Amino acid sequence: MSDEENPARHAPLSPLAVGGRLAVIGAVLFISAVAFVYVGGWLSPNRLTPGRMVAALSDRGGNPLGHRRNHAKGTCFTGVFEANGAASQYSVAPMLAAGRYPVIGRFAIAVGNPDASDIMGRVKSMAVRIVSPDGQEWRSGMNNIPVFVVSNPRDFYELTLTQDIDPPTGKPDPAATKRFFAAHPESAPFVEWNQTAPWTASWADQAYNSLNAFRFIDAGGTSHLVRWAMEPEISPTPVPHAALATMGPNFLEQDLFRRLADGPLTWHLAVTFAEPGDPSNDATKVWPPDRKRVDVGTLIVQKAEAEADGPCRDFNYDPTILPNGIAVSDDPLLAARSAAYAKSFDLRTSEVADYPYTPGPGDRP
Amino acid sequence: VRTERDSFSGLQRALHWLTAIMVLTMLFIGVGMVSTLKPAFLTLVAIHKPLGIAILALVIFRIGVRLWLGAPPLPGDLPRIQVLAAKLSHVALYALLIAMPLVGWGMLSAGGYPIVLYGPIHLPEFLPHDDRLHAILRTAHTVLAFMFFATILLHVAAALFHAWVRRDGVFRAMAGIGPRNQ
Repeated sequence: MSDEENPARHAPLSPLAVGGRLAVIGAVLFISAVAFVYVGGWLSPNRLTPGRMVAALSDRGGNPLGHRRNHAKGTCFTGVFEANGAASQYSVAPMLAAGRYPVIGRFAIAVGNPDASDIMGRVKSMAVRIVSPDGQEWRSGMNNIPVFVVSNPRDFYELTLTQDIDPPTGKPDPAATKRFFAAHPESAPFVEWNQTAPWTASWADQAYNSLNAFRFIDAGGTSHLVRWAMEPEISPTPVPHAALATMGPNFLEQDLFRRLADGPLTWHLAVTFAEPGDPSNDATKVWPPDRKRVDVGTLIVQKAEAEADGPCRDFNYDPTILPNGIAVSDDPLLAARSAAYAKSFDLRTSEVADYPYTPGPGDRP
Repeated sequence: VRTERDSFSGLQRALHWLTAIMVLTMLFIGVGMVSTLKPAFLTLVAIHKPLGIAILALVIFRIGVRLWLGAPPLPGDLPRIQVLAAKLSHVALYALLIAMPLVGWGMLSAGGYPIVLYGPIHLPEFLPHDDRLHAILRTAHTVLAFMFFATILLHVAAALFHAWVRRDGVFRAMAGIGPRNQ
């Protein structure tokens, strides 16, 4: 083994040969490092990364530190999902089998500023986290709009940029949003809803739609393309926009607390089944109204709590967190939502100092 | 059962190269997935979690094999500083192999995420759901990933230095090809 007493069989390398071999080793390292950096996006300033998406969302006014970067203002709720079992033939998801499953959810408005007045909340949302006894989770973030405003992440980024604060004026440039919609005819159904749908002063009287399509997987492995909606038992009470302006900045949370003091609020989870040809990958398009709809259960909202110390605060309502039996469709918005929500969550969990928990008696200082 | 020999056993070499492929795949998936909003994101995340747990299981087995079978001795004429560098870098690699999956698993626990491996199969949360803990572990996961990649580059550089400059049999001990020790 020891070569000290044996003459080396390898001819000694000249200094030039050693230098050449070291250079090759250096080149191997350099190429590997460049490949790593390239895959990580650091050489691609135009790549739409979660970081760039979330930065654009964070620039819409106010101080979002510590908060969700979209739907930044909201209120937590807890309740129960009572599945009636009607969906069991379409999906093996455990929380669709007849039974009662705990829910931690959140109502919010689609704003970037966590201190925005509720009158800024044209789009309202409901997020739910339904847990099955074996620990599987179904998280869903739904909006009170019939269609989404854009069909892909790049367009959502461009639209968000038009809503960012323009430093000279301290406001977004309204012409920029108009230009965006003029260039995006697929946004027309959203724009029409925005202009014509009645305003209300409540989260409780709104229907919340999944917007994106998903797939239910049944016991035989067959996939069913679906969308779902939480539909309220009470009908909406239109309120003139001018009247909302007199109601103070937090009328939605006040309304929720007031209603729940009188008893629980109820939504029906309605699942719509696509027919061949219905788009799976375009949330700007409604499916025809005659599609099969199945009422698969009831969401009973029992209690609401302010977000700062509420149970929803530290959950990421990533709509791709799904139980066995529910899967994503090919809608490109779903991956983008998952990636951007994760980035937003990573940021806000590192910013607790900017959004303190309310200290309770006995809490550490 | 330590035996004086000049090469790692076939089992150890198989484990080494399998780990190498899995870890490099993991690191590239990791930096790639957190930099994209494209549908590939979901596929990459779905690979990343079970692959990380597979690496954890593999490295536990590998450490057992290493303790059982040992390693061939380094060349007697290797400068002490290089011996030290070799030992420290190997300890660092084993530590990172253990730490990365545990930090990833812990970070998901502290973030309140279900840790889904496949379909209904998921791991338990082993840390409390806590924002501050999540933030620390999430940052650690990134920092350790870069340290891991840098350590692997050093490891590759050293291996090639042994193969092409020192030509002392160290590379052959794991690769099965290259210059023999003399």
